[in-house]
Amino acid sequence: MSEVLVLIDHVDGAVKKPTFELLTIAKRLGEPSAVFIGAADKAAGAAEAVAKYGAEKVYTVDDAEIAGFLVAPKAEVLQQLAGQASPAAILISSNIEGKEIAARLAVKLESGLITDAVDVQAGPVTTQSVFAGSYTVQAKVTQGTPIITVKPNAAAPEESAGAGAVEAFAATVSESAKKARITKSEPRVSSGRPELTEAAIIVSGGRGTGGNFEPVDALADSLGAAVGASRAAVDSGWVPHAFQIGQTGKVVSPQLYIAAGISGAIQHRAGMQTSKTIVAVNKDEEAPIFELVDFGVVGDLHSVLPAAAAEITQRKA
Amino acid sequence: MKIVVCVKYVPDATADQQFESDNTVNRVAVAGELSGLDEYAVEQALQLKENAEDPESVTVTALTVGPEDAATAVTKALQMGADDGAQVVDDAIAGSDALATSKVLAAAINKIGDVDIVVCGMASTDGGMGVLPAMLAERLDLPQMTYGSLVQNKGTEFRVKRDGDTATEVIGASGSVVIAVTDQSGEPRIGGFKQIVAAKKKPREVWSLADIGVDAGEVGLSAAWTAVESVEARPPRTAGEIVTDEGGSGAKALADFLASKKFI
Repeated sequence: MSEVLVLIDHVDGAVKKPTFELLTIAKRLGEPSAVFIGAADKAAGAAEAVAKYGAEKVYTVDDAEIAGFLVAPKAEVLQQLAGQASPAAILISSNIEGKEIAARLAVKLESGLITDAVDVQAGPVTTQSVFAGSYTVQAKVTQGTPIITVKPNAAAPEESAGAGAVEAFAATVSESAKKARITKSEPRVSSGRPELTEAAIIVSGGRGTGGNFEPVDALADSLGAAVGASRAAVDSGWVPHAFQIGQTGKVVSPQLYIAAGISGAIQHRAGMQTSKTIVAVNKDEEAPIFELVDFGVVGDLHSVLPAAAAEITQRKA
Repeated sequence: MKIVVCVKYVPDATADQQFESDNTVNRVAVAGELSGLDEYAVEQALQLKENAEDPESVTVTALTVGPEDAATAVTKALQMGADDGAQVVDDAIAGSDALATSKVLAAAINKIGDVDIVVCGMASTDGGMGVLPAMLAERLDLPQMTYGSLVQNKGTEFRVKRDGDTATEVIGASGSVVIAVTDQSGEPRIGGFKQIVAAKKKPREVWSLADIGVDAGEVGLSAAWTAVESVEARPPRTAGEIVTDEGGSGAKALADFLASKKFI
């Protein structure tokens, strides 16, 4: 069976959940081989983590020489690995960096690229959601090695032990790939809540919060949810841009999305319309968001959200 | 100094989109416009010019690839203040994927020649892949400074603030660069009456694929490296239950709904 390369998405060796989803998908297409590009002393831990989700092989690449450069070196590493392994497909997480690595790799390998897949089946045939979720498209790569970036929550990660055979890979990175330096990097402060793009439940606040996100935070914490925001709330400076859901922010597709004080402009819908269950709380009964919801409450979020949070906390106890 | 800003002509984002029988997007039925996210790129290109030591010596060229109507995107950029425009129009381009589009753009940038800065938006408002700037950097062999929320330069030494997935980074590079900016980089200006009039007289080039040295067989739908198998309209969401909060009834009803769906 052919190898399927899966680029491990990690922070200092801690493997992120979407990588386990990629490994689960990779098993449908061939034999999963994970690729770890990172600090040499973190490789063993990462390899152990991905073996639990079916990685038969783990290629480890020491990034000491390339960590200070943006994107391009990782695309070169994958190009060289693909040359050696002739994989049936290459799977990468659909985030900012993942898509850019995939973009450069597609040019290098002269291979077709599909981004933002919400499902991948044997073939590989991908499913994507386009035009603000109004159409579902199935597609496949017709040239070269299929390079596919997959969105979080595209599959439920399934544990299944793989051999996890570690193989150090010595890549040679060109000077050309070292043109854009990372001169400073500040990790985003963790909120203690799930990450927005990976969360199963998201509670979002908009203009209707009036800048007070406490009710949104309270409901989110009662449900173990992530907190998001509309562009109006971000532009008003109430929450950082990292919270923004919509066309120019994060595109999410959680099990449950609760929109509080968000009217539901098309740009916001584009970022959340494919959520499984949608709930809205809004004072304005004419708000377009109510056209999408499975359940809606016409009312003031400042009273409904804290009361709902208290009710939920009590029921969970 | 030469700055090229890449602009895309896209269907109006608020209109209903349609697909053709060959599964490509119908780019005629829906009125088009300059992609909203590319306006931020035009703004940054203009600021780079204005902040240069000798702004008069800097030219900002708005470059687009697309059908004849795509000239609209160039016009808008000229009205904002770009100096001249260039458009690659060729029947063979229809249906091109991002890989082919980046090839055409790279060839056009090379045709313009001696370009110091290429500026792009973070993504288009239609396809929205967000991969084109990285592809351009790869093809032009220039430093990639993408997803920028702040652009600064001292001559040819550039710094771009990048709001990445898990960290906020500062990217540094020198010489010629490819920059892509987000909607956090600064509100785009709106061209005034004088500029709208002036835009009509600004020079514009129109090139075919042959003019920029790209083989027609390498682009378009038939040469795309991906194929759409099927397109299906998503069933409209049926409106759910809406309740009105009266004296705390809303919170209880919400909790009941979440419990019925097993979220609590």
